[in-house]
This record gives sequence, structure tokens and C-alpha cells, in this order.
Amino acid sequence: MARTADLFFILVVVIDLFLLASSRLGAAIRIVAIQGVLLGALPLLLLEQGHSLGHALVLAVGAAAIKGFLIPWLMFRAIREASIRREMEPLLGFVASMVLGGVGVALAFAFAGGLPLPGGDAHPYLVPTALSTVWSGLLLFVSRKKAVSQVLGFLVLENGVYVFGLLLAGFMPVMVEAGVLLDLFAAVFVMGIVMFHINREFASLDTEKLSALRD
Amino acid sequence: MILACLAGAIALPALSGLAAAGLARRPALAQGTACALLCAGAALGAGAGAAVLAGARAEAAELGFRLDGVGAVFLVAICAVAAAGAVYGLRYHRQAEARGAAVRVQLFYGLAVAGMVALVAASNAIVFLVGWEVMALANFFLVLTDHDRPEAQRGAFLFLMATHVGTLALFAVFALLRQAAGSFDFAAMAGLPAGGALGTRVFLLALVGFGLKAGLVPFHFWLPPAHAAAPSHVSALMSGVVVKTGIYGLLRVTGLFDGIPPWWGAAVLAAGGASAVIGVALALAQHDLKRLLAFHTVENVGIIALGAGLGLLGRARGEPALVLLGFAGAALHVVNHALFKSLLFLGAGAIQHATGTRELDRLGGLARGMRATAILFAIGAAAIAGLPPLNGFVSEWLVYLGFLRALGRPGGLAFAAVGAPLLALAGGLAAACFAKVLGVVFLGTPRTAEAEGAHEPPGVMLAPMAALAAACAAIGLAPAALVPPLGRAAADWSRLPAHLLAGPAEEAAAGAARVSAVALALLALVAAAWALRRRRLAARPAAPAVETWSCGFSAPTPRIQYTGSSFAELLVARFRWAVPVRREGELPRGPFPATASFRTHVLDPVLDLALVPAALAYRWLSDRARRLNVRRIQLQMLLVLATLVAVLGWGFVWWPIP
Amino acid sequence: MTPRTLLHLALLLALPPLLLGVVNRTKAVLAGRRGPPVLQHYFDLAKLLRKGAVYSRTTSWVFRAGPVVGLAAIATAGLLLSMGGAPAALTFDGDFVLFAYLLGLARFVTALAALDTGSPFEGMGAAREVTFASLAEPALFLCLLVLARATGSLSLGGMLGPALPAAWDHAAPALALAAIGLFVLALAENARIPVDDPNTHLELTMIHEVMVLDHGGPDLAFILYGAAMKLFLFGAILSRIVLGHCEGALASEALLLAGVLGFGVGVGLVESFMARLRMNRVPQLLVGASVLSAFALVLLLR
Repeated sequence: MARTADLFFILVVVIDLFLLASSRLGAAIRIVAIQGVLLGALPLLLLEQGHSLGHALVLAVGAAAIKGFLIPWLMFRAIREASIRREMEPLLGFVASMVLGGVGVALAFAFAGGLPLPGGDAHPYLVPTALSTVWSGLLLFVSRKKAVSQVLGFLVLENGVYVFGLLLAGFMPVMVEAGVLLDLFAAVFVMGIVMFHINREFASLDTEKLSALRD
Repeated sequence: MILACLAGAIALPALSGLAAAGLARRPALAQGTACALLCAGAALGAGAGAAVLAGARAEAAELGFRLDGVGAVFLVAICAVAAAGAVYGLRYHRQAEARGAAVRVQLFYGLAVAGMVALVAASNAIVFLVGWEVMALANFFLVLTDHDRPEAQRGAFLFLMATHVGTLALFAVFALLRQAAGSFDFAAMAGLPAGGALGTRVFLLALVGFGLKAGLVPFHFWLPPAHAAAPSHVSALMSGVVVKTGIYGLLRVTGLFDGIPPWWGAAVLAAGGASAVIGVALALAQHDLKRLLAFHTVENVGIIALGAGLGLLGRARGEPALVLLGFAGAALHVVNHALFKSLLFLGAGAIQHATGTRELDRLGGLARGMRATAILFAIGAAAIAGLPPLNGFVSEWLVYLGFLRALGRPGGLAFAAVGAPLLALAGGLAAACFAKVLGVVFLGTPRTAEAEGAHEPPGVMLAPMAALAAACAAIGLAPAALVPPLGRAAADWSRLPAHLLAGPAEEAAAGAARVSAVALALLALVAAAWALRRRRLAARPAAPAVETWSCGFSAPTPRIQYTGSSFAELLVARFRWAVPVRREGELPRGPFPATASFRTHVLDPVLDLALVPAALAYRWLSDRARRLNVRRIQLQMLLVLATLVAVLGWGFVWWPIP
Repeated sequence: MTPRTLLHLALLLALPPLLLGVVNRTKAVLAGRRGPPVLQHYFDLAKLLRKGAVYSRTTSWVFRAGPVVGLAAIATAGLLLSMGGAPAALTFDGDFVLFAYLLGLARFVTALAALDTGSPFEGMGAAREVTFASLAEPALFLCLLVLARATGSLSLGGMLGPALPAAWDHAAPALALAAIGLFVLALAENARIPVDDPNTHLELTMIHEVMVLDHGGPDLAFILYGAAMKLFLFGAILSRIVLGHCEGALASEALLLAGVLGFGVGVGLVESFMARLRMNRVPQLLVGASVLSAFALVLLLR
């Protein structure tokens, strides 16, 4: 079980790095969906004795359904309506994003062991994965031009916070998960509204055009 | 005995310039005498160095000289390059033609060599600084040889500015050390604790001072202008050995301390890695041959610093293997770089002598008319790219081995191994750059009339190049013999007991012997493949030579060949963050062919993006501040009085009279 | 020099054209064709060795020396490689550095021979080749560092030797990531899709092919054979990493052959299902492989 959980953590980080490099929005959304499914399976893999299986099952199914199916479906609808397929060269450059992401991952894995967090010893890859995912999400959010990519960045960021929340699942059961998922929902809702308005105003989802708003 | 050789090595070169000046009526005799004196001095110095590396010791503490393993390595390099340059200068910078300029060059060349020998053999800080200043001032005048050219003036000014800022830092270093140790003698300073404020201050100041001389990024900005403007054999001396004195100083000062913290090694590693990658990226973008070679010096100093950083990390963590491999790699690369960089600069001088230009894109096809130069330059290029079976590979292999040994260690030390991919990147880029240089300069067809008329330089100029190339090949084919002396030098530097370093040294020597075996196997396979090819082709009748097909251009010209900047463009674009490029030009408008021009200009990131704007801003500020200049003399005196009172008052507050 | 090492040297000399044949046959089968015979490249090489050569007036001794030195360098690198878990002909600590630099020497002289023709076509190919090769070097070293750290050995013989099966037990994710990185590197260094198209001679797709456009006869035979040998070397390394579980000489040999041929099929699959990347995406691919291998190394270092 622990080995499989570690493998899933590594896959999550590999997906983060791949996202930093990808320029095709369709592929990126699918990859984020896969990441969502992997993260959905994690509560089951991290289950320890004394915690209820039912609770973990509900959490797993809920997370996988929302992160793995619902939100990607919404994103696909968004890009279909805006008719965009590709990300242009981002502000930071693909190579620079990858290198920065890699440096962040390396630092997270090197130094996360020093953080005084409870329960980090059982799963040594958990905290570094969370930090790496948060870092990748931030990089995506900050450096991409298309609004869809920025939403993806925000989703990845929330995935990272979710992984972090798994660490505390034993101590604060339902509240953390519910809070996280609600937060996620609200953010996506707002992002959807924003994207709709940007698209309607400019007939495109390039956030660079926002700087043309004067007057 | 060794001391006598050392004295000769200092005195004879210093006097050689006087001989050139004194016999100026008969320029050929003057130059020959000067060269002979300098070569004699160099031979004595090399002999002394070799004897010390073989195990002897030489000390004259009252006079302030001590030659140990560390100094001996640098001494051998200095003497080899000095002699090669002097012989080369016999025809390259003939006194009969250049008159006063040649006398000046020989005078200051000899003084520079004498200064360097004195400083690597110094046993106290005074002698060290005297040698240092003599070398720096002599170099200034050497760069200023063609003093009516603005390029030389700019290069000399930048050189002087950098070297004196560095020397200021060195004064501070030695003052602090004297305060802590009570004497200027290096032996008294040995064993100082590195942990407290003293160690930190000395290390940082030494890094700045010696880094300015060595050309570590970001202190490299003076190197390309100065080395490109000087005559080629002077550039060979400067790139080959003068910048190495900076490395020598850094090694000497850090070697004095005990209990070195790991961040010293990490800082030197970081500086080395940055210099290696940024230096070679900037080199790729150059189109002036000598500027390109100067930037490669920055890269190689970075590689040497990587080795030195490994050695410091080894001392900090108590790993004798790292100390040996890091120091041996750095020291061997000092020697190797001196050899192949001088070879390359002498070759660049031959090219300039034959064609009158240093611009890569005005050359081409020189291998036809300058066959020997082409072969020797190619050997130098392959050596600097670190390709087996030459010497550049051996010293880089030792540094790699150091990184690999660090990889196997537990804990944070293993993270030092990130230097190995950086070194690989720098090596790959260096190979790309020299493929560009060789291809654009020597291969293909000549691009201009000057290139077509290129002729082989005279034998006097080819002989030192051939000697340097032979040395490169020898070290590359038989490196195992050099490991024991380097091990002894490492023991001298680190003051570790020799038996601790003996084990890693033996392993390294065994590995080096295998490297020789592989190199010989490579040569054997090349010979076998060549023989097979000849047999197959001999069986067929020879076909007549034709033009290159080039996709069927009906009227090919030499101008359609790939230029140097086109070749490097993909890589330079990839390294935009380190290499600022300014583009100028007008593109043709409209549907019909019209006049158009396109120019790219590569800036140095430190000089052109930081220092020059800062200097301009300072000038603007001082112009504004001039407005504050008060006109009336009474008010000026009042200002002086007020400042005096303020300073005295501040002094009373801080240092109250007891 | 054990008998297995001698056998491996013989395989190194004999098998590379077969590997190329397997790659081409896979591509043909997936495209619905019958394709050339698997042994076709042997006949091609024999034909080229029988031919004469025509040289351009622009070229010099560099052009004639390029293929010779290139082949010799690749063959020397083969001497350092340990295949199927058996010791290599020459082994010492840090020999994989020499391995990488010998491959770099082969590339260097091939690029020089290309520039010697004075044709802009070859110059373009040489420029692209040295660019992508410089960016691939750190990735190669990172993958080899992962192997070194996982097996605790510093020579190719140790890294690919008996310690490797044991290393899979405790470093499996890192080794898997390193193997993926090495596969991408194998495609890049051997001028395969998605980095370069070995079949066409169009300007848009050429890197390696255009460098060797002007060679003919025995020179071209040397170059093709050297390229096949380089692909074989990478295949042998990957075969050992992925399939190196068995003890026992006979099983290891069989797995080596199966692995190399499987590598050929894998290359054929990738070439059939992927298109060539746009030229400015290739550095991103190489940097991606570096970052992946660096991540694998970090996993082992913590």
C-alpha cells in the first residue's frame, strides 16, 4: 500500500512537470483529469487502521468525480465554445517554466523533511508532492497567457492543497475536505463567469487583451 | 640549487627586456638576446618546478621565497607559456619592424613573467603583493602596446580598473590576516580558524580580489576587451597564466585556514558553474576570434573553480578523495588550459598575421593555404572542447570523478553532484563553439580576398605552436604519470597528511592509466579504419573532383556558406537570459528586392547592462550635484567647518574620551 | 577479458545493421507494407564498400577523416560498455564520462566534415546537430548519475552489472524515470523521430541526414555503420536497465538480445505513431528529459 501511494505521489509530480511543458490545452486538461483521479484514489491508499473505510471511500469517489470528470468536462466545454486549442508562448517560456518547476520540485524534496509536520514520517513523499504541486500551479497561473491555462494552474494549486489536507485527514476529518472542495467549486464558478465575460467582450480568451481596457 | 634556479627564473626574464632596449641599434640581435635570456630563465623555472613536483623542497624564508607543490604547478605553466610566447614574438612582433613598440613589449613581457614567478614562489604577503603589482602594471602596458587604437585604450583602462579594485581587496585580505597571525609570513598564517568573522571576511574579500584577476563571473567584464586588444603572444600569456595567478591566490589563501565551513566550497562551486556556462554562452555569440577565445578563458576558469570548490568541500567534510580529485583536476586544468589556450591564441595571431583580420565571417578555407596552422589549431580546439585523447579531457575527467565521489556520500554533499551535468553542458557548448570556429575559419571556401591569400606563417612561429600541441597530446595520452606529483601538491595545499591522500591518488592514477589505454585503442582503431578505407578506394579508379552539389545552385558563391553567427544562432537564442543581443537593421519593404541591412551586436551582460549604466547614472548624478557647488568662498569655508564639527561630534559620541 | 565479453564485442560488430532492419520492418508493418528484408542493411553496407567515392573540390583532409574518426570513436565507446551484465572490455571509475565524450568526438568530427563542404545545407545540419547535442549532454549525465547513485558504482560495468537488479528493489521509480529519459535521449542522439526524420532529405526535417549528404562509397558505409552501432549501444544500455533481472549467463544473453530487438521495435513504434516535433520544440523535449532525470536523482538523494 505504501509503495503504491509513493508511486502515485511520484506520478502526480511527473504530471506537474509535464503540465509546465505542454502547450496543447486539450492534452493539458486530460492530464489534469488523470491527476484528479490519482488524487482521488489516494485517501484509500493512505487509509490507516482506526479510520473508517466508508469515510475514505466517500472522499475518494467524490474527489475523483469532481476533479477527474466534472471539472475537466466543464473546461472542455469552455475551450470548445471559445474555439481555442493551443497555448501561445507563455510569459516565462516553456523551457524556463520547466526549469523553474524542476528547481522547485528539487528544493521541495530536499528540504521538506525538515519541516515540523505531524505524520510526515509514514509517507515521506506526501509533503514534497504537495509543495511541488502548489509550486507548479503557481507557476502555471503566473506565467500563462490564456485564461484556460490560468484556471488549470489554479486547479493544480488546489490539488496541491488537497494533498496537504490528506496529511491532516486523521485529525480533522470532514471539515478539511468539505472546505477544500467548496473552495474549489467557488473558484471554478468565478473563473467560469470571468472567462465568459472575457470571451464575450473580446471574442478571445487572451488575458493580455485585458490591458487594453482603459477609458 | 632550486633556489638558484628560482632566482635565475626571476632575474633573467626581468633583464631580458633591458637587453632588448640596450641593443636596440641591432634589432635582430636585441630581440634574439632577449628571447634567449627569457627562455633560459623559463627553463630554470621549469626545472625548479619539476624538481619540487618530484618531491624536493626549496625555502629561503629570510628572502621571502618558498616553493611548494602548489606553486610549482603554476610555475611550470608560467614558464612553458612564457617561452613559447617569446619565441613566437621573434617573427610575430619583429623588433626590426615594430621598433619601439617591440622593445616595450619585450621589456614588460619579461617584467610580467618575473613578477609572476616571484608571486607563486612567495612565502610572505609582501613579496606576493610586490610580484602581483609588478605583473599587473606590466600587463597594463602590454595591453596598451598599440596605444593609438581606441580598442587598446579601452581594454587597458578596463584592465587597470579591475586589477586595482582587486588589489585593494587583496590589501584588505592581507591586512586582516596579518592582524590575526601577527606576521606577514604564510607559514605563520597557516592554521587560522575559518569559522568566525575573520574567516568570512577574508574569504569574501579574497573571492572578490582574486575573482577579479581570474575572471570569474561577474568579475569577468575586463577580460575580453583586454585580451582581444593585446598582441597575440601577450594574449597567450595573459589568458594562459596571468588569470591563473588569481586562482593561485585563492587556493593559497583558502589553504591557510582550518575548519573550513562547507559554504565556502559551495560558493566557489556556484561561481565556477556560473562562469563555465555563462562564459561559453557568451563565447558562442562572438564573431571576433580573440574575443571568443577570451570568453573561453572565462569558461575554463569556471571549470578550474569547480575543481577548487570540490577540494574546499572535501576539506570541509573531511573527504580526502574529494580533496585530491578536486585539487588535482583544478591544478591539471590550470596547466592544460595554459597549454591549449596559448596554442589557440598563437594560432589566432598566425591567422591575423596572414589575413589581417580577426573577424570569423571574413575568413574561410584557410586550411588550404595554412595547412600546418590548421592542424595545430584543430588540436588546440579539440583539447579545449575536452575531447579524448587530448589533455582537456583528462583534467575534466578528474573533476567529474570528484563530483561522482561526492554523489556516493550520504547527506547534503551528494547535491554537489549537480555540477556534473553543468560541466557536461559547458563541455557540449564548447565543442559546438569550436566546431563553429574551425568550420568557419579553416574549412569551406574563402569568403574574402584576404582569406584567399592566406599563407603559412614562418617556422619560428609554428615551432612553439607545435611544441604546445605535442605537450597537449602527451598529457592526453599519458596522464597517469602526472597524478602522483599532483597528489603531493594536494597534500601541500590542504596540509593533510600524505597517507590520507595516497589511496585516492592511486585509484585516480589507475583510472588515468585506463584512460590512456582507451586513447591508444582509439588511435589504433582510427588507423585500422583508415587502412580499410584506403584499401577499398584503391581498388577503384579515382574520380575527378567536382563542385559541391548544394542542392543544385547554378552559381554558388562563397557567401552562401553558413556564417559563424548563423551557426551559433540556435544556441545563442536558447541562452538569451545570459547573452543580450541587440539587433539593428532595416528589412526590405515592398515586393521587390531592395537595399537592406542587418546587424547583431552582442553585449556583455555585466559590462554593458550593469557597469556602464551605473557609471552613466553616476555621471548624471555628479552633474546634478555640481549645481550644489556653492559659489562664494565664504560659504565654502563654512561648509568645511560645519563638516569638521559634525565629524568631531560624531567621533565624541562613538569614542568618548575616557 | 571473459568469453562473454568477447562474445559481446562480436555482437557489437555484427548486430547493429540487424537492429536498423528491425526498426524499418516494424515501421513498414505498422504502415501496412511488407517492407525491406530485415537483413537489408548488410547488403547496403556491402554495396557501399564496393563503390568508389567522388569528392568535392572544396573539401580537404577533414572531410576524408570525418567518417573514419567517427566510426573509430563509436567503436571505442563500445569497448567501454558492459552488456547483459557481463564485464566490459575496459572498466574504471568514471568511464561513462569517457563514453559520453567519445560519442561527442564522433559528433564533432562529423560536424566538421559537414562544414568542410562549403555548402549551406550541411552547415545548417551541423548547426542543428551540435545545438541539440549540447542540450542533450546534461540529460545523459543526469540519467547516468541516477544509475550511479542507485547501484553505488561509478563505472558502466558496475552500474549495468550485478548491482542493477538489486537496485530495482529500492529505487524502482527513479530507475523507471531514468529509463524513460534515456529512451528520449536515445531518440534524440540517434536522429530518430520525434527529433529528426531519418527517411527524408527535406530541409525542414533534416539534422543528421543533411550532415552526411555529400559522403559516398566507403565513407557513407562507415557513417551508416557507426550510426547503427550508436543506436545499438543505447539499446544495450536500455535493455540491461529494463530487463536486467536475471542471473545466469545464458538467460542474460537471451534477455540482452530480446531487449535490443525490443528496443528496435519500440523505436519503430514511436516513429510510426508520432510526428516530428517542430524544431523549436526539440529543446523543450530535451530539457524535459533533463528535468525528469533530475527529479529521479532528487528522489534518490533525499
